[in-house]
Amino acid sequence: MELVCPAGSLPALKAAIDKGADAVYIGFKDDTNARHFSGLNFNDRKAQKALDYARGQGVKIFVAINTYAQPSGWERWQRAVDLAADLSVDALIIADMGILNYAAQRYPQLPLHLSVQGSCTSAEGLTFYHREFGIRRAVLPRVLSLDQVKTVAKQSPVDLEVFGFGSLCIMAEGRCHLSSYVTDQSPNNSGVCSPAKDVRWTQTEDYLESRLNNILIDRYQAGETAGYPTLCKGRFAVEATVFHALEEPVSLNTLDLIPQLSAAGIKAIKLEGRQRSPAYVAQIVSVWRSALDSFAKAPESFSPKVEWIQKLANVSEGAQTTLGAYHRAWQ
Amino acid sequence: MKISVGPIYYYWPRQQVMDFYQEIIQTPVDVIYLGETVCAKRRELRSGDWLKLAEELCDSGKKIVLSTLTLIESRADIAALKKLCSQSPCLVEANDMSAVQILADNNLPFVAGPSINIYNAQALQVLYQKGMQRWVMPVEIMRQNLDGILKQAMTMGFGDKIETEVFSYGKLPLAYSARCFTARAKNLAKDGCQLSCMDYPDGLPLHSQEFQVHGETPKLFTINGIQTQSGQCYNLLDQWPIMHKIGVDIMRISPGSQGTADVIRQLSSALSGASADLSRAQINSQLKLIAEEQCNGYWYGVPGMDSCAGLAGDK
Repeated sequence: MELVCPAGSLPALKAAIDKGADAVYIGFKDDTNARHFSGLNFNDRKAQKALDYARGQGVKIFVAINTYAQPSGWERWQRAVDLAADLSVDALIIADMGILNYAAQRYPQLPLHLSVQGSCTSAEGLTFYHREFGIRRAVLPRVLSLDQVKTVAKQSPVDLEVFGFGSLCIMAEGRCHLSSYVTDQSPNNSGVCSPAKDVRWTQTEDYLESRLNNILIDRYQAGETAGYPTLCKGRFAVEATVFHALEEPVSLNTLDLIPQLSAAGIKAIKLEGRQRSPAYVAQIVSVWRSALDSFAKAPESFSPKVEWIQKLANVSEGAQTTLGAYHRAWQ
Repeated sequence: MKISVGPIYYYWPRQQVMDFYQEIIQTPVDVIYLGETVCAKRRELRSGDWLKLAEELCDSGKKIVLSTLTLIESRADIAALKKLCSQSPCLVEANDMSAVQILADNNLPFVAGPSINIYNAQALQVLYQKGMQRWVMPVEIMRQNLDGILKQAMTMGFGDKIETEVFSYGKLPLAYSARCFTARAKNLAKDGCQLSCMDYPDGLPLHSQEFQVHGETPKLFTINGIQTQSGQCYNLLDQWPIMHKIGVDIMRISPGSQGTADVIRQLSSALSGASADLSRAQINSQLKLIAEEQCNGYWYGVPGMDSCAGLAGDK
């Protein structure tokens, strides 16, 4: 399986490549990608440098243009596709049907991948994107159990990529408006979830409080680990009980599932984290490289090493990992 | 301007569903959407029952549309979807690209539901060319962007060949997950959920922790099985003159357990009795709406939960 790794900067990209990425995905420096954070991402000059470095090492570059084009800014999304095509990147990762159509018509030779933000969970849906736009690969949303992934893989007209590690979206990607309900920005409309501009931390007498546009997301007692106030990971009150009503702050980790995913015919494993540091990227890529190499060498006897699990746990949200939706009981 | 009633998002007992539609067909509503769009485990009405109900309601003179499941996870979901699409006596609302593919493949016309991500005229055109007759705008899109999309669609030569529907009243469908949050709140696994969402005919309110300190703070979200809705009721009813002006054809009212028929009647009388020259205050006074926490922010391009008095230039 191909290891597809995140990079939000040139140092992160070099870290990913040096540690054994097969492909690295990046975004441009605007709202055309779903990690539109200040200080992150690539302008055309940096993208060219990224490409040069990757080519030298035989590594592929994918460009994520995976937000939905706003009517007033259509040309910005068009330009992003044009720029990626000019750079001759290895694939575009797109969610929007309008953008997919433009890219497919204008650059028929350019490989297209359906982004996870396209929210496609069935062979029928994938058939639509395959027939209409000739997509060659799709990234599956993190909502299917392992058995369901296997079923889709069996019937899919295109290669499949699944998430292996990183921050866990609890909602079907591309179908979550929680962030724009509380702030004005969402992954679909701005490439941002729970935007930093709306985050406020307050130390009160009893608690450290995190707020998003003034809505209390969580409250921590001394000694508790505080996490970024992503809306779905807050502690809320339901019927007067306060708990992580939607999701705990945990990371997805599927090292255990490498043999099953491979047997299912999954073509690529994606690591999340374009917003993370080069050190983080180096850490997770090196573990996953070792794990995939070890599996390739001796598939029958594969089992995740304790040191890999430990290394990933050290960089996980809340220092916990989960199999997420792949494990039916979690649902 | 026509009025529609959207699919029931909650899990109601069979009799309540039947009573609801008997009441709704007596109202001046034009279009009725039917079907289970949230969770495949809900079986008070199975696919066959929805098909039968659709057939019966077709005789009422209302336009009936069958709505499909939003999050497709299994082959059983696909089988149910295929049955619905192939046997439907009426138009089908596709809430997932699986349904779009099945309908387009069979040359059947369809409505693109609010969970199909259409954010620009180019995407709208792709679906128009596959047989889409109407689209329901994704709820987070603001008015100026809708205006831009519809103008662009006219320029591209297909704007007058499709209908536009806007979610105008009710708790907003905001997110879908593999996880059932109602079961989670009850400390049950999804596979052993005991269909506990039936205990909450208008969903289960979720508050921030300040709920305990300050008492009744506004609800943040509403839990409804695998769906998360807004805590507050979205209300764009007073926007009908503006919607009319920019080319919206249908205003959607989303069912609640109480008062849906009243909301339809009030909107209808505002639409039929009033002219577009009425002031905003006059329109509002005609729409004597049920007292509930309300919001309208998305329409104005601010946080969805906000409540705006209007834009500069509005009457």
